[in-house]
Amino acid sequence: MFEKVRKIIADQLGISEEQIGENTSFAEDLGADSLDLFELVSTLEDEYGIEIPGEELEALTTVGKVVDYLKEQGANG
Amino acid sequence: MISKIIATGSCVPDICLTNEALSQWMETSDEWIRSRTGIGARRLAAMPEPDANGCIRTHYGDSPLFTLAREAAKRALSMAEAQKGLAPEDVDLILVATSSHDELFPALACRLQEALGLSRAAGYDIVLACTGFLAALQMADAYIRAGVYRTVLVIGAEVLSRFVDWEDRDTAILFGDGAGAVVMSADPGHTEDGAGILGTVLHADGAGADALTGRAMYWNERMPAAIRMDGRAVFSFAVRRVPEVIRELLAGEGLRPDLYLLHQANYRIIETIAKKLQEPMEKFPHNLERFGNTSAASIPLLMDELNRSGSLKKGQLLCLAGFGAGLSYGAALLRW
Repeated sequence: MFEKVRKIIADQLGISEEQIGENTSFAEDLGADSLDLFELVSTLEDEYGIEIPGEELEALTTVGKVVDYLKEQGANG
Repeated sequence: MISKIIATGSCVPDICLTNEALSQWMETSDEWIRSRTGIGARRLAAMPEPDANGCIRTHYGDSPLFTLAREAAKRALSMAEAQKGLAPEDVDLILVATSSHDELFPALACRLQEALGLSRAAGYDIVLACTGFLAALQMADAYIRAGVYRTVLVIGAEVLSRFVDWEDRDTAILFGDGAGAVVMSADPGHTEDGAGILGTVLHADGAGADALTGRAMYWNERMPAAIRMDGRAVFSFAVRRVPEVIRELLAGEGLRPDLYLLHQANYRIIETIAKKLQEPMEKFPHNLERFGNTSAASIPLLMDELNRSGSLKKGQLLCLAGFGAGLSYGAALLRW
């Protein structure tokens, strides 16, 4: 799942996949702002057919945390 | 019979509030606003200013919405007169899309009927926030096709700054005041250029209504008027539904618009929609950097600027799309 999420993030933010690791922070390492995260979350929701509530968003600060969250929600792939 | 836009007009207030000026009394910056919204300045019917206690005060003149709508309409009617010989008594109906009325009633359309001397015209207002102009355009198109009316003046006008909570940084930075108008007229539709409205689609998703609200004074005795927005919900809604409704509009037609005139809410939303439609940003003209989000006025305001600068060419395929409170969204396809 990490590889796929990484690809989605790279596409979204226009960066290379090599820049993205499990511990990469969206805000600090990738310079992503809230709108980048909204867009990313909306893509992930469409991709995995789940809904990520607004209050969960603040905790999803790193790529690894997003992957863990998706797994917890039973997302596949 | 088909309907055709034969003239455009617009008007914005002279008062200009730049991000720089705003950041003198609001905890924000030009860089922050620009990078997240694309907005650099907005035109306002009254300049907000902090009083001695730091409370933001504004002093509007009489009927600022009426004034903007009247000027935009006058300009569209003058163009229709000069280019198509339209007379005031030719106008059958006035539709005003607005969510920021000067008064609960009468309808602004009736005030304008008198002010513009449109002696034969009926008129009423349509409340659908940022999608209002699309709704009014669809209605005018349907009336003209059905043969009920031949000439309709469609106006989108807003003074939403009156309902902004200047303490709420997330929304106060977004809105600007302004008005845009188009004159729509019946056309046999057999002309070689094929100009006219080709299709319209409108939807509502009331389940998301709480994501964007403007509750007025009368909602609750002690509750001041204010616009409230769940930014993430509105962003997700817009970048999902707008590409969807545009695809629905274009479905099966095999048509590729030359230009997309989107509601000017946020540059990042426009960018994401362009990406999802796999269209280059060159096809998405924008003026929100100068005017902010003017709600129902944004599309006719942009269209008038493009028209008057000669940027719209005969035969071009234009896709208009509006989205906003409701949550509501719609799109229209037309050949210029």
